[in-house]
Amino acid sequence: MRVLVHVEHDAGAVTDTAFELLAIARSLGGEVEALVMGAEPEPLAGQLGGADRVVAVADSALEAYLPDAHGAALQTAIRERSPDLVLLSYGTVGLDIAPPAAHACGLPLVCHAVALRLEESVLAVCSQIYGGKLVANSLVPLPAIAMAMPGAARAEDGRLDGVPPVESMVVPASGAAGIRRVETLQPETCGVDLTQAERIVCVGRAIGGADKLAPAEDLARLLDAEIAGSRPVIDAGWLPKARQVGKSGATVKPRLYFMAGVSGAPEHLEGMSDSELIVALNTDESAPIFAKAHFGAVCDMFDVLPRLAARLKDS
Amino acid sequence: MKIAVILRLTADLTEELELTQDGRDIDREWIGLVLNEFDDQALEQAILLKEATGAEVTVLAIDGEGVERMLRTALARGADAVHRIPADESPLSSRALTPLYAAAVREVGADLVLAGVLATDDLHGELAPYLAAELGWPQASAVSDVRIDNGDALVRQEYSAGRAARLALPLPAVIGLQTASRPPRYVVGSRLRDLLKVEVPEMAVDATPAATGIAPATLALPDHGAGAEMIEGTGEEIAERLHAILAERGLA
Ligand SMILES: Cc1cc2nc3c(=O)[nH]c(=O)nc-3n(C[C@H](O)[C@H](O)[C@H](O)COP(=O)(O)OP(=O)(O)OC[C@H]3O[C@@H](n4cnc5c(N)ncnc54)[C@H](O)[C@@H]3O)c2cc1C
Ligand SMILES: Nc1ncnc2c1ncn2[C@@H]1O[C@H](COP(=O)(O)O)[C@@H](O)[C@H]1O
Repeated sequence: MRVLVHVEHDAGAVTDTAFELLAIARSLGGEVEALVMGAEPEPLAGQLGGADRVVAVADSALEAYLPDAHGAALQTAIRERSPDLVLLSYGTVGLDIAPPAAHACGLPLVCHAVALRLEESVLAVCSQIYGGKLVANSLVPLPAIAMAMPGAARAEDGRLDGVPPVESMVVPASGAAGIRRVETLQPETCGVDLTQAERIVCVGRAIGGADKLAPAEDLARLLDAEIAGSRPVIDAGWLPKARQVGKSGATVKPRLYFMAGVSGAPEHLEGMSDSELIVALNTDESAPIFAKAHFGAVCDMFDVLPRLAARLKDS
Repeated sequence: MKIAVILRLTADLTEELELTQDGRDIDREWIGLVLNEFDDQALEQAILLKEATGAEVTVLAIDGEGVERMLRTALARGADAVHRIPADESPLSSRALTPLYAAAVREVGADLVLAGVLATDDLHGELAPYLAAELGWPQASAVSDVRIDNGDALVRQEYSAGRAARLALPLPAVIGLQTASRPPRYVVGSRLRDLLKVEVPEMAVDATPAATGIAPATLALPDHGAGAEMIEGTGEEIAERLHAILAERGLA
């Protein structure tokens, strides 16, 4: 069994999700190869003690992420290393480059994996689908590609000491489809930093409009909390981008995370599941958030929020 | 310029999901089906591009229950043409359906394809990157803005922690859309009523589903472990208990 792990890195640091993949690869037994791409990826080997070998693709075209260049490099690596399993993390990069690799190399691909186990020569994969409302159990013949959910393993288990040997790999320049990076954009801040907040009141799509925020804002004021939103709330323009929690927003760890009308999709949980106390209000008793929250209530938030605010005001 | 948009119906996730007897699928007879939210964004982006550049927008969907109604709504929102693509077995994963969509995109003669970044049941990978691979076109997913500039699609691709980049993809290209440049518009009821009798044409394509290499999965309800401690009662009782929980922890 040989596992090829696609390693993402940012500003010279291997990402937590890459360490999680290394942890998964190690748990399967066998050899672990870490695939690292970039302008000068070799020094990253110093962080990759979780791998038995580093396969480094050094190319100036790979300095900043580009879907076509990075995708082509992955395909070359799969062809040259012929691993039994390729692991990527569910994120923009994985979404872009895993399916074309499966297509080009004729491999099965299974996504949203939260648990992977080897059963003789077959990979038993448990995936989270329908926004976390169901799981899907697949038996995947090898060789194959799997895309794992962030949080599927503990990053610490993949972050090991040691410097594995590095093998260089050269990628033909012809693989790219001409995508260019025009500009790198920094996060908008607008004066809020949710990552520092001790208390957060987060509203979901069910809030229904910027004009309906008052009950949640009242509660936030009374709790001395920052107001935040799930992605649909930000996309609709009801709250600014700096107030988004989740995969493409902030990762927070407050003492209190009070959420109303948020379903608890995996992309939202990714940003808040380490909060100390999670309280969730939702009208749907089967909402996935009730699996993660510490306290929950099946109720209409427009009924309960003002009542709670009134009690806080009185006390 | 011609834009093709792909729309899919998916389970309404604000309802409880039930499984079929064999556990291979959700019970589609009982659950509500809604337009995949990211496909909704893709449609809006296409209409915005039509308004900005005069592009022609064609909407494609694999045929099935509720699809005709969904496509009529797309017409009401400003699409120029809509087509139902017949498929023998449904539902199939996006990977399996890719050759059908690719054939339809070629038939339309599209320069740009917009699809939602994902559907929550895409166990074997997402549609946009598969479609691009099948067509041999560039692709970018998790995109939240698309403009057309000198033969390029200029997109904003999002990464984690609010970081993003502006990428230029030479056309023809496929985009996996997350969020349109503006929130999807509402359709006026009267406009929809006008279209009630419009015939939605079929587009038969000469293509067969691709193999995924994986036998169908068995679905199950997740094991929630302990889960949340649930607070029962009237609104007032819930508020009272919540207040006590916060006060006990020095948060109120
Ligand atoms: C690549 C990618 C990145 C993403 N990044 C993020 C991210 O950073 N952050 C994020 O949040 N999402 C993100 N998402 C989106 C994510 O998949 C979900 O779509 C989103 O989190 C859903 O938001 P929601 O819970 O507010 O809405 P919904 O899922 O629509 O949930 C609304 C909930 O409100 C409940 N409700 C309805 N009425 C009431 C009422 N009166 N009182 C109480 N409850 C009520 C419903 O039962 C439902 O559970 C991302 C998706 C992708 C594909
Ligand atoms: N050379 C690289 N190899 C793999 N992943 C990368 C590389 N550079 C950036 N990334 C990832 O690509 C995404 C975009 O990064 P950035 O270009 O820094 O905004 C992030 O998720 C990074 O982790």
